[in-house]
Amino acid sequence: MNISLLLEMAAEAAPDRVGLVCDGKRWTYAELLAAARGAYELIEQSGAQYVALLDESSEAAVIALFGAALAGVPYCPLNYRLADADLAALLDRIAPALVVGDEERVTRIAGDQGHTVLSREEFTLKAQETVPGDDRVYDMGEGIAVQLFTSGTTGTPKAAILRHSNLLGYILGTVEFASAEEDDAAIMVVPPYHIAGISAIMSSVYSNRRIVMLPAFSPEGWLKLVDAEKATNAFVVPTMLGRIIAAMETTPADVSSLRAISYGGGKMPLEVISKALALFPNTGFTNAYGLTETSSTIALLGPDDHRAALASDDPKVRARLTSLGQALPTVEIVIRDEDGNILPPGEAGEIYVRGDQVSGEYKEKSALVEGGWFPTRDAGYIDEDGYIFLSGRADDVIVRGGENMSPGEIEDVLLTHAAIADACACAVPSVEWGEAVGIAVVVREGHGAPGEDELKELIRGRLRSSRVPDKIAFVAELPYNEMGKLLRREVKKILAD
Amino acid sequence: MKPGTRLKSVADDTEVMVIRTGGGTIECGGSPMAEEKPADLAPLAADFSAGTLMGKRYVDADGQYELLCVKPGKGSLSVDGVALVIKDAKPLPASD
Repeated sequence: MNISLLLEMAAEAAPDRVGLVCDGKRWTYAELLAAARGAYELIEQSGAQYVALLDESSEAAVIALFGAALAGVPYCPLNYRLADADLAALLDRIAPALVVGDEERVTRIAGDQGHTVLSREEFTLKAQETVPGDDRVYDMGEGIAVQLFTSGTTGTPKAAILRHSNLLGYILGTVEFASAEEDDAAIMVVPPYHIAGISAIMSSVYSNRRIVMLPAFSPEGWLKLVDAEKATNAFVVPTMLGRIIAAMETTPADVSSLRAISYGGGKMPLEVISKALALFPNTGFTNAYGLTETSSTIALLGPDDHRAALASDDPKVRARLTSLGQALPTVEIVIRDEDGNILPPGEAGEIYVRGDQVSGEYKEKSALVEGGWFPTRDAGYIDEDGYIFLSGRADDVIVRGGENMSPGEIEDVLLTHAAIADACACAVPSVEWGEAVGIAVVVREGHGAPGEDELKELIRGRLRSSRVPDKIAFVAELPYNEMGKLLRREVKKILAD
Repeated sequence: MKPGTRLKSVADDTEVMVIRTGGGTIECGGSPMAEEKPADLAPLAADFSAGTLMGKRYVDADGQYELLCVKPGKGSLSVDGVALVIKDAKPLPASD
């Protein structure tokens, strides 16, 4: 099986429907398929072992993804925000590649690695003009469809690989073919090197839902494009949603066309999602939890769950607004302790997942354990009704005198304080305990900073005394990466000073 | 037969991709499906002429077989003479 099937089926069922809008240009499914086939020929001629993209989102991402699939060569979008030396090292690991995008930069930092480099415009134009030779045979898709380098916050970036069978397993299991109406349009802002950017292309194409690309995110640009294209669907990361809400006060835009907003990629502050639910009363919100190694989403908190949680007086139901929702029907999720034993509901441990869409595979080695389970390194628990709660990365656990503590429970308590807008707990060195709790908090605008004793009392009153912080820092804001992931190691540095 | 194999009906336009398969004979319109389409079509069996729908997944009762219809036709799918049914999937909210 090969993911190119998704585009072929869309082009067969709705050849003249517009599948993509980017920078004002509109592409039908028939045009996209023809360009993907042209790209296949360009890839074959170049002799490339990989197709890389070093660029913001554009039609080139769609053409390169499916063109690479037809050619049986992994598609490897790269993070253009990386420093030259780091990027050159990644390019070297995929040489010789057909690199689409920043020609000048690739030539300058990796000119001797044997790559074929085409600018976005050249690639798109050539792909449209080229027709595969008669003797060419499209790949049957036994192998790797996509290779994504992990962000490498803990060392050298790992090359996560997703096979055609993983990605098709995800799409066929979660998306109904041609289920979108002619007017449906999904606005896409995630960068192309993120798994959500790749799954968004595939889901939209298979459901025949028009993709509206916004190559560089700004909240004002997003609001205007939603209005202009009458977008019905959107995926955002939490930081983007926060900025969109703030911009709505000053940017007039009609966003009533939005039927569904999904979000993921980092923890959603309760305050932001509550505000969003009020500002978009007719929009269904979905929290999607997933990882690169699982071909994107493995658990969902759907629109009904959101509204029910918001309207409920039951603290257990209300708390679900901060949960990841329930596992997709096509995957299994369990929580295990350090010895690998499956834990009962309510007990925290590491989140494990398995299913067709789960690759858990790196180029170097597979991370799957016995039974095909993938240890996510995310820590959390599942309640009696199957709602999954995330408490942080397994590596973020604070070990104080042999007692394991998750930063999430401490942060949740801090965020109940009216004057605290954001909070992060992490381990700080302790002579007595090995590690102890340190917290960094952001004071809400218009409020005075609470006293250190007040915060300690708050935690002592709600959690065990071992959770009481040894060190407290007040900061203007917490460090997040561009996808909205909290950079805990940066917070550790702040607390070390 | 490997998952991913494309099969064509010899009695109508239906084409499927095999997602899961046991050892039985996969048929459409009452005749075994093949990787290549013959020059002359076989007659469509009356009992297997309900038609196939593009993008639907067809399964047997035991969950041994799963076929994705990638091209629709007038025939209907079966394995060893037993009709397959459309896989019922609860629609999920769009997540990406």
